[in-house]
Amino acid sequence: MGWFDRLKSGLSRTREGLVGRITSIVTGAGRIDEDLYDELEETLIQADVGVETSLHLVEHLRKAVARERISDPEQLPGLLKDRIREIMGQETAPLNLQSGGLTVMMVVGVNGVGKTTTIGKLAQQLKEEGRRVLLAAGDTFRAAAIDQLEVWGQRTGVDVIRHQEGADPAAVAFDAIAAARSRGADVVIVDTAGRLHTKSNLMEELKKVRRVIDREVPGAPHETLLVLDATTGQNAVQQAKAFSSAVDVSGIVLTKLDSTAKGGVVIAIARELNIPVKIIGIGEKAEDLRPFNPGEFVDALFTR
Amino acid sequence: MFENLSSKLQETFKRLRGKGKLTEADVSEALREVRLALLEADVNFRVVKDFVARVKEKAVGIEVLEALSPGQQVIKIVNDEITALLGGTNARLSIAPKPPTVVLMVGLQGAGKTTASGKLSAWLKKQGKRPLLVAADVYRPAAIKQLQVLGQQLDVPVFSLGSDADPVDIARAGVESAVKQGRDVVLVDTAGRLQVDDALMQELENIKAAVHPHEILLVVDAMTGQEAVSVAETFNQRLGIDGVVITKLDSDTRGGAALSVRAVTGRPIKFVGTGEKLDALEPFHPDRMASRILGMGDVLSLIEKAQAQFDEKQAMEMSQKMRKAEFTLDDFLQQLRQVRQMGPLDQLLGMLPGMGQLKQLKNVKVDEKELVHVEAIIQSMTAQERRSPDIINGSRRKRIARGSGTTVQEVNRLLRQFEESKKMMKQFAGMEKAMRKAGRVPFGPR
Repeated sequence: MGWFDRLKSGLSRTREGLVGRITSIVTGAGRIDEDLYDELEETLIQADVGVETSLHLVEHLRKAVARERISDPEQLPGLLKDRIREIMGQETAPLNLQSGGLTVMMVVGVNGVGKTTTIGKLAQQLKEEGRRVLLAAGDTFRAAAIDQLEVWGQRTGVDVIRHQEGADPAAVAFDAIAAARSRGADVVIVDTAGRLHTKSNLMEELKKVRRVIDREVPGAPHETLLVLDATTGQNAVQQAKAFSSAVDVSGIVLTKLDSTAKGGVVIAIARELNIPVKIIGIGEKAEDLRPFNPGEFVDALFTR
Repeated sequence: MFENLSSKLQETFKRLRGKGKLTEADVSEALREVRLALLEADVNFRVVKDFVARVKEKAVGIEVLEALSPGQQVIKIVNDEITALLGGTNARLSIAPKPPTVVLMVGLQGAGKTTASGKLSAWLKKQGKRPLLVAADVYRPAAIKQLQVLGQQLDVPVFSLGSDADPVDIARAGVESAVKQGRDVVLVDTAGRLQVDDALMQELENIKAAVHPHEILLVVDAMTGQEAVSVAETFNQRLGIDGVVITKLDSDTRGGAALSVRAVTGRPIKFVGTGEKLDALEPFHPDRMASRILGMGDVLSLIEKAQAQFDEKQAMEMSQKMRKAEFTLDDFLQQLRQVRQMGPLDQLLGMLPGMGQLKQLKNVKVDEKELVHVEAIIQSMTAQERRSPDIINGSRRKRIARGSGTTVQEVNRLLRQFEESKKMMKQFAGMEKAMRKAGRVPFGPR
C-alpha cells in the first residue's frame, strides 16, 4: 500500500465523519438555505473543527454563494475544500535537520499524548535514513518513563542517555549533548516529562532545559516539537499557545489521527496558530508516523 | 474566549428586560449563547442539541424570580440541569459483599489509566482497604514497570506475570493471588486501546468474562474533544461500564467531555484526577463541574448572590458586627469554613473564568495546611475565649497550643492576625460611614 492510500485509510474515520456527512447533507438538500448552513456548521463542529473555525467556514460559504450566485448545493463541498486548502497552505514543513554538525530536537507536550512513542518511531526513521541518533531520557518524573524510552532504544538500536528518576532533566540533556559529541552522533532527541500547560513551575523547568541546550549548542534546539493528541478538543489550541510562549515551538506532531473521526482539529490549528504541523501519526507502526503534507491531507480527506 | 462569552451574555441579558414569565423568545435568545458556551467547552454536539431542547421545554412559562432577569433565570435553569445531569446517582465505588472487589480500569491510550490505578489504590488504602494492583498492560513498553514503581511508592503490592503473558491469564491469576494474600480490592490496569480496535476490545470482553469485575471504570482525559461520545458509547456497549474517572482536570480545559460521557452512558463520574501527585484523586462534585463547563462563573455567582436571601441576611449580621467591631473568633472561624467548603483555594481561583489566564495568579499558593491549623487552634479555645480573646493569657495559650497540636508561636500569630483584621474592619466601617456621607455607594465588607 502506498503512502497516499495509507493516509486515506488512516483518515477514513475523519473522512466519513466530516466529508462523508457533508456530501450526504448537500445531496439530500434541494436548495441552499439556512437549514443547510446550520447542518453544515453542526457537522464541522462535530469533527472538532472548533466553533470559531466552523463559523468562519460557513460564513465563507455564505459569501461565496452570494457572490457567485450559486444555487446548486452540491457545489458546496468543492468550495469548502478550496477554503480548507487555503487555510492549510500547500507547503510541507520539513524537519530542520542540520546538514553538518549536531541537530538537537526537543519534544514537549501534555501527559499521555504519545511523546515517547513519537520519539521511538522518529529515531527509527532517522536511523534508517542513515543518521546516528541519540536519545535523552528527559522524562525523569513519571514512573518508568525512562525504561519506556530504553525499550524503544533497544528496539531501534539507538543509544539512550539516562539519569535516575527524579534527576534534573536539563542535566540529562547536557549529558546527552556531550555524549553525542564524543560518539559522533548527528541527532539528539530530548524527551521531556508530560506536563499540563497550566503548571507554571513545570513550564519553567522546560525553559531551563531549552536554555541549557541553547548554551551547549548555540542556536539549538533546532526543532522544538509539540506533540498533540488528535482526540483532544479545543484545548489543543490552548496547549499550543502555552507551550509556544514558554519554549518557542517550531512544529507540531499530531498523533492518533487514525483513532478519531474528529481530525478536524488540524484545520483549527492551522487557522488559529502560526505553527506548522510537521508530522502526523496515523497508526501503530513506525512508518505510520509521517511528514505532514497539507495538500495531500486535504486531498485524502476529500477523496472517496 | 471566556471574556468574549461573558460579555455576549451580558449583552443578551440587557436586551431581555421585564418580569413575569419566561417567554419563548427570552429562552431562545439566552439558549443560543448557552449552546455556544457548551460547544466551546467540547460538549458533544448531539448532547448539546438534546440538552438545549430539553431545557427549552422546561424553561418556557416558568416564573422569573424577583431578583433575576429572564436571561439569568434561563442560565440558572441550565446550570441546575447540568448539575442534575452530572450527578444524582450514587457515585461511590461499589464494594463486593464477598471480597475481593475486582475493578477493571479501561480506556484509550494516554488517558491516564496507570496513574489513575495508582491513585485509586492510594485512596482505597486511606479508606482502610487492602488493594492489589494487577499489571495487565503487556503492550506499552515499561507499562508494567510504571505500575510497579507506583506500587512501591504507595506501598501497595503489584501482581505481574511479565509482558509475555496473556492479559486474560494475568487478570485471572491476579485475582487468585489477591484471595491468597487476603487483599480485598483488586485493581486491574489494562492497556490503552482504541474503541474501534476490535481485537483489543474482544480482549477486554475476555478479561471481563474471566474475572467478573464488580466495577468497570472508564478513564477519560478531561481534554477530550467531540470523540468522547463515541469512545464512551463503544466501551459501554461492549463492556457495560459502571463508572467514569475523569483525568487531567487540573488543566484549563472546560471539560465538556465529562458531560458528554455522562449523557451517553448514563453512568456516574466517580472520581476526578486533579494533579500530578499520587493523592490528587477526588470524588466527583457535579456542581463545580457544571459551572466550569458552562464557563460562566461570574454570571453564576451573580445569580447566586441575587437569590441567596438567607445568606445575605447572615452577611448583613456579619457586617453589623464588624461595624460595631464585635467580630469574634467564632465569626472568624465561620468565615474560614465558608471559604473552605468551596474546595482547595488555589484550584478555586483557577476555576474562575478568565483567572486561568492571569499569569500573576499562577504563582499564588494558598497554604491549606495553615487553614487547618487555624481551625484547630480556634476549636481548642473555650466559648468565652472566642468571644473575648483578651483573656487569653500565657497559660491559656499553652493549653490551646497543646489542644490543637500546634505551638504557642502559632497561637500568638493567629491572635495577632485576628486583632489586625479587626482593626482593618473598624477602618472599613469608618470609611463606609464617610462615603455614605459623601453620597456614594458603600462597598460594605462581606
